[in-house]
Amino acid sequence: MSWHKTPIALMAKALAAKEVSSTELTQYFLDRIEAGKQWNAYLDVNAHLSLEQANKADQLISSGKAGKLTGIPVAHKDVFVTRGWKSTAASKILSGYQSPFDATVVANLGIPDENNPHGAGMVCLGKTNMDEFAMGSSNENSAFGPVLNPWNAAHVAGGSSGGSAAAVAAGLAPIATGTDTGGSIRQPAAFCGLTGIKPSYGRVSRYGMIAYASSLDQAGPMGKTAEDCALLLSAMSSHDSRDSTSLADSGEDYGRYLNQAWNEGSTNSAKPLEGLRVGLPKEFFAEGLASDVAKSVNEAAKLLENLGATLIEVSLPKTKLSIPVYYVLAPAEASSNLSRFDGVRYGYRANEYRDLGDMYAKSRTEGFGSEVKRRIMIGTYVLCHGYYDAYYLQAQKIRRIIAADFQAAFNQCDVILGPVAPDVAWRLGEKSKDPVQMYLEDIYTLSTNLAGLPAMSVPCGFNTNNLPIGMQLIGNYFSEARLLQVAHQYQQASDWHLRQASEVA
Amino acid sequence: MKLDDVQRIAHLSRLELNQAEAEAVLPQLQAIFSLVEEMQAVDTTGLEPLAHPILFLRDLAQPMRADQVTESDHRSENMQSAPAQQDGYFLVPRVIE
Repeated sequence: MSWHKTPIALMAKALAAKEVSSTELTQYFLDRIEAGKQWNAYLDVNAHLSLEQANKADQLISSGKAGKLTGIPVAHKDVFVTRGWKSTAASKILSGYQSPFDATVVANLGIPDENNPHGAGMVCLGKTNMDEFAMGSSNENSAFGPVLNPWNAAHVAGGSSGGSAAAVAAGLAPIATGTDTGGSIRQPAAFCGLTGIKPSYGRVSRYGMIAYASSLDQAGPMGKTAEDCALLLSAMSSHDSRDSTSLADSGEDYGRYLNQAWNEGSTNSAKPLEGLRVGLPKEFFAEGLASDVAKSVNEAAKLLENLGATLIEVSLPKTKLSIPVYYVLAPAEASSNLSRFDGVRYGYRANEYRDLGDMYAKSRTEGFGSEVKRRIMIGTYVLCHGYYDAYYLQAQKIRRIIAADFQAAFNQCDVILGPVAPDVAWRLGEKSKDPVQMYLEDIYTLSTNLAGLPAMSVPCGFNTNNLPIGMQLIGNYFSEARLLQVAHQYQQASDWHLRQASEVA
Repeated sequence: MKLDDVQRIAHLSRLELNQAEAEAVLPQLQAIFSLVEEMQAVDTTGLEPLAHPILFLRDLAQPMRADQVTESDHRSENMQSAPAQQDGYFLVPRVIE
């Protein structure tokens, strides 16, 4: 059985029917991880611990105490702290670090115990590679080497959840967690042919997520289908009193609309999306968008129209400004968050130093990579006396305009459709020398993080070099279940999400 | 931005850059800040800064938790990752002579 091609929705049925055990599934993926090291998707694997968890999951299943996800393996982005596996955020400064506790996301998905009675019972396969502290758009900024794209090893997997994306695309995990600060779930999902969703800000607890930019960071699932993402997101999200920005628990089943028509009660099965208004922002289809990406996204819009949706042109006039606004606000927050890495309480400490100040500076200089240092310096600069109003406050004011622009668009439509990124996965090294070139690649994803809106990436085609293309669906606050419904209906009528890279047997 | 500014913000960031590193990062920072300058053309008179997306949804009260002691003592677990320690304290270079 090719379990690596099986969506977790079907895997759950096979586990419930005892066609396979969690131990067998876990061993299957551990073997694939061992054989698939060339993608550099994982930073830490502990087969003994994974199999111990699988054994516990099998006991839950045989005693009739299993939930929907019990026994299914999952890979966690290295930004989530985990007991038993190393947690480094792909940085030398945290090299070898082991957390004494689990992040809430890890606990929510993990094996239940007395401290964690509501765990979903999933088995942790290990920690996936990422851009250091989630800073990057290509996964070339990891202190432990770049992740390669399973569709073409000469190309990037996307960042910063590139390890999670490559792990699922190469069949080294059935599903994975990621985080999205400026597009870091959606863009690697698009580059690797996966489905991924960044939920509304506050839906998923950030407790135990190593912080980059706290007002933008949000965790979400990356998998093969919208249905799989709905299953994982329902288990990941909860109210958490340890995260003051965590919202009251809605207890939502994000998959509740998947097989329903957009208009409840509609019986036209050929047009399940009748009544859905899809907004196409003209700024998302302007200069800078690769023609093959534009073509695929337009064809996807056409398919949604065939399913009954109405296409409407909308405008998000401040789209271009989301780049400078993001690259002021995110580094400002990062410079503050990363000040905790000083070599005193945990992490790397330089071997030689003169005094306390010198120890801080040498530990940080030797421990952080160049992109992280660059963003810390940008953040420090924009928060400096004399520049604060011109940069930081101005960016926050434009952030309000960007959020308001979305509300104006949502007066006209139910979901917004556009590309995830201006182009497909680029070649390794192609943009590393020029940070501004790299930052421009985030143009279509940044604005939703600034506004805190949910958005997802759905496979919608390939370019002429057989590299995946993703479309982006953006919804209004707390409309995740509706976004997943649209994506699921699209996936019932298309097969882009089922394609496998030829290099992945 | 000039080379002096790069060294000044590196110092404020508790980072060290040698001359060659500072010279290499200067044009990158200049390019980023010329991108950032595009923000200055936007009229934001009378607008409140938005520090946080939750603040945009005014009707969305953030849940408050009871003011109770919930954390127990995790000292020994938390000390396990310390680069240097002695008698249960973090060890750092002498600060006061």
